[in-house]
Amino acid sequence: MVIDSMNNVKIKVENLSLYYGDSPALKNINMHIYNQSVTALIGPSGCGKSSFLRCLNRMNDFIPNTRVEGNVYLDGLNIYSSNVELIELRKKVGMVFQRPNPFPMSIYDNVAFGPRLHGIKDREKLDEIVESSLRSAALWDEVKGILTRSALSLSGGQQQRLCVARAIAVKPEVLLMDEPTSALDPLATARIEQLIRNLKKYFTIVIVTHNMQQAARISDVTAFFLMGELIEVEPTEKIFTAPEDQRTADYITGRFG
Amino acid sequence: MKDLKATDFIAKITISTIAMIGIFILIFILFFLAKEGIPILKSTTLKDLLFGLYWYPTYSPPEFGMLPLIAGSLAVTLLSSLIALPISILVSLFLSEVCPKTLRNILKPTLEILGFLPSVVLGFLGMVIIAPWLQNSFDLLTGLNLFNASILLGLLIIPITGSLADDAISSVPTDIRAAAFALGATREETISKVVLPAALPGILQACLLGMMRGVGETMVVLMAAGGAAIIPESLFDPVRPLTSTIAAEMGETPVGSPHYHALFFAGLLLLLMTLILNLTAIWIEKRWRWQWR
Amino acid sequence: MALNARKFKDRLLTYVLWSSMILVIIVLLSILVFIVTQGIGAISIEFLTQPPRNSMTEGGILTPLIGTLQLIIVSMMFSLPVGVCTAIYLVEYAKEDIYTTTLRLAIRSLAGIPSVVYGLFGLSFFCILLRFKPSLLSAGLTLGCLALPLIVGAAETALQAVPQSLRDAAYALGATKWQTISKVVIPAALPSVLTGAILSVGRVAGETAPIMFTGAAFFTPGIAKSLFDEVMALPFHVYVLATAGTFIDKTRPLQYGAILVLMALVLGITLIGVIMRAKLSRRDYLM
Repeated sequence: MVIDSMNNVKIKVENLSLYYGDSPALKNINMHIYNQSVTALIGPSGCGKSSFLRCLNRMNDFIPNTRVEGNVYLDGLNIYSSNVELIELRKKVGMVFQRPNPFPMSIYDNVAFGPRLHGIKDREKLDEIVESSLRSAALWDEVKGILTRSALSLSGGQQQRLCVARAIAVKPEVLLMDEPTSALDPLATARIEQLIRNLKKYFTIVIVTHNMQQAARISDVTAFFLMGELIEVEPTEKIFTAPEDQRTADYITGRFG
Repeated sequence: MKDLKATDFIAKITISTIAMIGIFILIFILFFLAKEGIPILKSTTLKDLLFGLYWYPTYSPPEFGMLPLIAGSLAVTLLSSLIALPISILVSLFLSEVCPKTLRNILKPTLEILGFLPSVVLGFLGMVIIAPWLQNSFDLLTGLNLFNASILLGLLIIPITGSLADDAISSVPTDIRAAAFALGATREETISKVVLPAALPGILQACLLGMMRGVGETMVVLMAAGGAAIIPESLFDPVRPLTSTIAAEMGETPVGSPHYHALFFAGLLLLLMTLILNLTAIWIEKRWRWQWR
Repeated sequence: MALNARKFKDRLLTYVLWSSMILVIIVLLSILVFIVTQGIGAISIEFLTQPPRNSMTEGGILTPLIGTLQLIIVSMMFSLPVGVCTAIYLVEYAKEDIYTTTLRLAIRSLAGIPSVVYGLFGLSFFCILLRFKPSLLSAGLTLGCLALPLIVGAAETALQAVPQSLRDAAYALGATKWQTISKVVIPAALPSVLTGAILSVGRVAGETAPIMFTGAAFFTPGIAKSLFDEVMALPFHVYVLATAGTFIDKTRPLQYGAILVLMALVLGITLIGVIMRAKLSRRDYLM
């Protein structure tokens, strides 16, 4: 399936460098991310894959002393240009975090949070969004009777699916996932992976994972990062069977990392 | 070997016994206040005591109406809370949400240190700075009044409540702030819709503990509140709260006289008020604090 | 809602938060500056080393200064051992039973009791029932009761911060519980416990209400020589000078001087405590 469906570039990263203070965390990254596909970012911890992910919705803006050079184009529009509204960008690029982080409010209010933020007040419309988001996150059947209960009462796996529902409730175009299964047990992990496979019909998904099997199972494209550099980006099948770069091969075969 | 076991046992018994002293002090305080306070009910009815309008303890016959004193305590507590609590919460929000980290490392300890400012110093400032200023600018008979004392009490409350509320707000995990930002929320929306609701029990608790300090504070009201046992009708009326009454009069009162017992009864009322605030704060913590993982 | 309105509210909040903090800092700093500038003129070697003279309209503050130090020592002799033992009990021995719950509740309640009520308690218990009279001992013990919950709180936090693995290591070497506590846990927690103690000394040194009728004297000709003598104390001395002196206006310089010394003492002690705590929190246990 791979290459031919990929003519259509959603995000284009051009000469992207990221500095924490004086030390570079990302060095001159160039990469394309394709529409309605899953792109996995792999590499040993500290390689910059999470930092890269956070460049795509400008979450790094909050960390003091960070500096970004280069450009990231979303649908041809540079998200680092000065006239881009952070709020609008975040609406288009949703994010799911490493550990489930539901707000301490009801399940319903968690999912409705984003839409309300962006001005939807109509109760019926909100109900509809909450239901469809929870359905897409494969959580609806489990929680439809307990929507008013605190989100913190859910299990870890349910909480993470709730966070996915919360992120897609604002109808983003891109969904960033930062090691979304690292705090979950194998069963919950399997459900999230299934979910990701289903969601890629509607969203462009970029996922950071430390688990190579996971990358192999769910992604269409895999990018290998090492010490702040993008070593190799290829269709997943290729990178796991015939990597071009020796370092990629070493990492994949478990020689380091 | 046997010695070791014996030492171990003795240590355990000794420490457990000494640990009981805290409970005993609390019981003793309750007991002695009751023992010395309740006898006033022999000479005055509870109704006259609590709702009597006249506090003339040295007249003959004396009158022990504590309503003006209770009203004084409530008035300074409420007014100072009104001044200090909103500022405290804003300051705590500043420290936890807006302040750059390096600045915070200086400001937070500074705030805490200022919480240690001896109240007698603040009372003195009330006498030499605020009182003359109030007197001149509002053309009052005395600048020592409810308003003066409330400002000073507010200064005592801000470091306490500000610092405790900051602890509560800072304990809200950064994760959920990030989640709100990632959904496109502004900082104001993140604070008002996510952080504040999540930290609300802790903030409430901080406010109650600040108010508790206000009710129980003695030197500031003794020096700056004016000391007239009347129910205040304006901001600039002098007041005589329970604490300052005890402090001012206990020295010249013969042990065992009705006046002596009346002052202990005032202490009992004070104890009750602070205990209620304190227990409410503890209850909020037990019942409502979010259990962050 | 319009994007601009949302951004406006955001900016507004930021301004409000900054200005509230700046306001508080300005007010508190100007208090410090005012007292320092007013009081610095009165400070001299004589002021610190001479007792008050001539109905307290001249001379220095040696007697109340020493008195305050004596009160601190007496109160800490009581509250430090009791407080640390209570904390050790709570952290190391306590089972989650009704007794422990009561103890915790009692300590929390003590922390909230107004200082003037401690004064009443001290008067009826130490002065009258135990016949200590108004004295250094009565006032010191009253302050000790007031400091107890502060010390327990600090020591409890300090003991809890000692990693469980340290205790496990001691047990694995065959140490008894007491050996583990006395040789491993307490030494590890000691710096933090002392920091907590210093902070409560700061609190004790500035208190006036609890000692007003349990032992603080209007005036004594000399330094207290026994536990049963009355003492002059710096905060009470400030109160007396400001409200009950014979020539209140004439003694203003003395008052400002005494206030400056009191403030420097209390805030100085507290500052040491806060700095020590900051240093300690940076030191990580290696486990």
